[in-house]
Amino acid sequence: MTPSSWPCPLPAGGTCDEFALQFDAGRAVRLLVVPALFDEGNRLRRFTVEVMRRLDVAGIDSFLPDLPGCNESLQTLAAQDPTDWLDAMTAAGRHFGATHALGIRGGCLFTPARLPAFHYAPVKAASILRQMMRARMLAAREAGREENREDLAQAALEHGITLSGYALGADFYRHFEPMTTSPDVAVIAQEQVGGSGLWLRAEPDENAGQAGALAALVAGEFRE
Amino acid sequence: MPDDTDQLLRRILTDVLGLKPGQADAFDADTGLFGHLPELDSMAVAGLLTELEDRLDIMIEDDEIDGEMLETYGGLRAFAEAKRAGK
Repeated sequence: MTPSSWPCPLPAGGTCDEFALQFDAGRAVRLLVVPALFDEGNRLRRFTVEVMRRLDVAGIDSFLPDLPGCNESLQTLAAQDPTDWLDAMTAAGRHFGATHALGIRGGCLFTPARLPAFHYAPVKAASILRQMMRARMLAAREAGREENREDLAQAALEHGITLSGYALGADFYRHFEPMTTSPDVAVIAQEQVGGSGLWLRAEPDENAGQAGALAALVAGEFRE
Repeated sequence: MPDDTDQLLRRILTDVLGLKPGQADAFDADTGLFGHLPELDSMAVAGLLTELEDRLDIMIEDDEIDGEMLETYGGLRAFAEAKRAGK
């Protein structure tokens, strides 16, 4: 596993370097891994890298780029738009010469259309936002403030909103909310991987059995 | 039909809290949840409620969520049972 970077296109033109983790031995199958989003991204990061490690053993190259504004990225999250993320993942796929893509949870919304993809436990954008909104209302209530979903949604559309510590711009919120994953992509359900999804965990956790199972399911697609 | 809410609820808490199999069996009505377990913060509770909706096939309205239902295992179970019965 080596750290790497790739030129991420900027909306106003030009590029800026973004971080990626890679297992690159110049093999035939090169998998672009689009990470889970926001809080789930943190909880699933180790799992994601463990899956890549096992894919490497199975003879598959993989690349895990940062979404602009997330993880190590120096770009401002609040200035992002879902279109920028799609462009970024498409550019990362091209830069690394990806032949396929693997989306993890919300990352399934951003697998490049031109690559054959696998979607692990895909989730609608609305479900992600609904849960983050709920967390925000719970936190407010605990602090003795009352917030309701309608007001928060209205405020989000007008001037953006911070959910679980992630500052989302108004444009991001508006364009992200209706997003759903492509129905034409092969879905890997949590039941196939076994056990309960690690994104449910209150604290980041790992599970060697699940990482092995997901890597085996993906690698199985390339065996003759 | 026997009510399996208690069993499902223990399984969901096992998944959210990353408990070992059987550990949730020790929960009783007074076992403290939100505000008692440091790992059960607002984000984790939001995830817990979403799982409850999915696995118990219920819808939880925002104004139904109060401190009482989340504070103890007994409170959460009573809420879930009432939701399922009233559906």
